[in-house]
Amino acid sequence: MDFGFSPEQEMLRETARKFLAEESRSAFVREMMDSTAGITPELWQKMAELGWLGLIYPEEYGGAGGSFVDLTVILEEMGRVVFPGPYFSTLLLGGLAILEGGDGTQKKAWLPRIATGEARVTLAWTEPNGRWDAEGMTLTAKRDRDAFVLTGTKLFVPDAHTADALVVAARTGNGPEAGVSLFLLPRESPGVTVMLLPTMDHTRKLCEVTFSVTRVPADALLGEAGRGWRILQRVIDRATVGLCAEMCGGAQKVLEICTEYAKVRQAFGKPIGTYQAVKHKCADMLLLTENAKSITYYAAWAVSEDVPEDSLAASMAKAYASDAYRKVAQDGIQIHGGIGFTWDHDLHLYFKRAKSSEVTFGDANYHRERVAQLIHL
Amino acid sequence: MDFSLTAEQVQFRDEVRGWLRANVPPDWGSRPLFGPDSPVELHSFLRDWQRRLFGAGFLGLTWPKEYGGRDLSYMEELIFNEEMAEAKAPPILNLLGIYLAGPTIIAYGTDAQKQRLLSKILSGEEIWCQGYSEPNAGSDLASLQTRAVLDGDHSVVNRQKVWTSLAHVADWIMLLARTDPKAPRHQGITYFLVDMHSSGITVRPLRQLTGDAEFNEIFFDNVRVPAASILGGVGNGWQVGLTTLMYERMALGFGLQIRLRMALDHLIALARRNGGAAARNPIIRQKLAQLWIETEAFKYTGYRAITKLLRGELPGAEGSTGKIFWSETHQRLQALAMEIEGPYAQLTTGSRWAIEGGLWQHLFLRSLGNTIEGGTTEIQRNIVGERVLGLPKD
Ligand SMILES: Cc1cc2nc3c(=O)[nH]c(=O)nc-3n(C[C@H](O)[C@H](O)[C@H](O)COP(=O)(O)OP(=O)(O)OC[C@H]3O[C@@H](n4cnc5c(N)ncnc54)[C@H](O)[C@@H]3O)c2cc1C
Repeated sequence: MDFGFSPEQEMLRETARKFLAEESRSAFVREMMDSTAGITPELWQKMAELGWLGLIYPEEYGGAGGSFVDLTVILEEMGRVVFPGPYFSTLLLGGLAILEGGDGTQKKAWLPRIATGEARVTLAWTEPNGRWDAEGMTLTAKRDRDAFVLTGTKLFVPDAHTADALVVAARTGNGPEAGVSLFLLPRESPGVTVMLLPTMDHTRKLCEVTFSVTRVPADALLGEAGRGWRILQRVIDRATVGLCAEMCGGAQKVLEICTEYAKVRQAFGKPIGTYQAVKHKCADMLLLTENAKSITYYAAWAVSEDVPEDSLAASMAKAYASDAYRKVAQDGIQIHGGIGFTWDHDLHLYFKRAKSSEVTFGDANYHRERVAQLIHL
Repeated sequence: MDFSLTAEQVQFRDEVRGWLRANVPPDWGSRPLFGPDSPVELHSFLRDWQRRLFGAGFLGLTWPKEYGGRDLSYMEELIFNEEMAEAKAPPILNLLGIYLAGPTIIAYGTDAQKQRLLSKILSGEEIWCQGYSEPNAGSDLASLQTRAVLDGDHSVVNRQKVWTSLAHVADWIMLLARTDPKAPRHQGITYFLVDMHSSGITVRPLRQLTGDAEFNEIFFDNVRVPAASILGGVGNGWQVGLTTLMYERMALGFGLQIRLRMALDHLIALARRNGGAAARNPIIRQKLAQLWIETEAFKYTGYRAITKLLRGELPGAEGSTGKIFWSETHQRLQALAMEIEGPYAQLTTGSRWAIEGGLWQHLFLRSLGNTIEGGTTEIQRNIVGERVLGLPKD
């Protein structure tokens, strides 16, 4: 047994940490918060050159053939700097959906272009009803001879406004799961309107995407008709684990910021870290962060190796990390007092990221119930 | 990352598994570990059980061969503990000897001490207890007042220890005593290995809030201890004592995760009683799932720590919170059992209405000690804050 990262993965981590510390300083993140795109073309290009955009694609599609665990190493580092932009949505949502569900033609058409940085893709999945289950899928795709017609609204779609293509989950039939199909279409398709939404976490751009009689050819189907739910489940489980890795990185960074501050900030003639109300909070932050990492690393291994309990592992990680990151980030603000409540201090970026991550793909309550079902409680 | 076992480890696991299947007494599971049952009989049974485990070669797995060990890695230690738990095997009586005293003696002992003491620790011939706490020195251990006066080739020990688990059956004690009252607190302490059968030692059992008497107070009245029983040198007791505590924390990683999991399986079975109304209650489901997740998190945090040991690296931050997390999670688990039992939570051993003979009530009450024994959670949080995170001491 060896439950740790390989020397190559540790090297990847080191490279990523250096790169992100340089390229994604607080000032940059804040600039991107105010921007519409959430990223600069230059930085995107640099990430392509590092091989990050095609990290987990097979070499035949221009990728680096890395494992999912490799990807989580980079994501954990991105979480440390509250990395903005469409990396997550392109790699873990749109890109992963094409990788998992696409046929040879679709993969060839998109994956190499994602890897080089030419194309970005996202996943339009959730709807105004805010549900995570198959029954929540109401956007319709009606067959019309050799085409499908999509009608409905998707909500909380990350980065749709800068994506070149969308993977859309739609209802093609009855039966909650058996009626779900996926479609891959250019965002510029007729009848598609994208509207950027104001979000609490400005580092994550979310959109409303409406489809008013959007006609797509039959070969826009990603995977077979009626088989979309299974693909979606796999993609979401993997994206969930990726999100947990980001959350672990964020929690770790908040812990570091707080312990440093607790050593230097004085009150009543002593560093505040001397006081147990602060010291014990820091100890608990460490406990939560280390446990979140342990269960996330396990989940990363589970999806990387495609073991049968991968969904259970993903839900365990998400339930734990959701509560842990929120608590760590909130305690972090408390430990800083007034300065922690300011816009200028970075802690609120972490807190808001913790909050948006917590509810994305289902919060802790949702995943605990899913765990209960998966262990046949 | 790789969770697989090597061929040798699989072979070792099968060896342990096969042996346990053949040797765990079939009626053991139903035997009450607590209550009015005669502890004398229980202890002689457990001594015999340990002797057989030793005979089979399963104790002191990581110890050097010359002291009766097998020179194996922590991986085998983990496998052994998991198999013991899985087989619901009786516990090891001399836990403190095997996991605390033994490694400390291996680290600091003279050849004569190693020859005399180590193999009898493994065989269970000599049971050990840990004499640290005193009436006025618990969390603040360095303020201990038990006095040892060096007198030629002997030391003379006086005063008192308290809360000493197993002292009523122990043959030896790891004893911290003050040898130099004038030296700075941490420097005047010496670590002794004392024969509990020495004259002048009186052990008085103390009744715990569970009703059992697992721990004791020990009085030392001019107990003459030979100089050869000093471990690690005069005045070096604090250092040696901390080493023991380090081994104590490490030992946690092995057995506890799987025992927590078994307790949880048992709790889920409790929730399924009577048509499973509790298991369908959404609030109870949330709590059970959370315990499941925490149990898994505890396991994988332990695996990360063991991986460090196996790679020959120093234990890192991931191992430091285990005691806090385990004790608090176990308390939540036991509290949930009471919640699930509802009004039946009030009934204990002796009532025909008591669920599972009042087992859960006992476990629930016993769990209150988890956040006190082995260093309170407040002290553990101080340690994590100061030694791991580097925050200033008060
Ligand atoms: C079941 C059980 C078995 C035990 N077995 C053994 C044994 O075999 N051998 C042995 O030597 N001891 C044993 N102990 C004793 C145990 O180690 C001590 O009880 C423990 O270390 C606390 O010491 P104390 O009882 O003196 O409490 P105190 O030290 O008086 O503590 C009282 C309270 O004050 C808090 N406190 C104290 N100092 C601080 C601080 N600096 N910051 C914040 N809070 C503080 C504590 O956390 C606690 O809540 C056992 C105890 C129990 C319950």
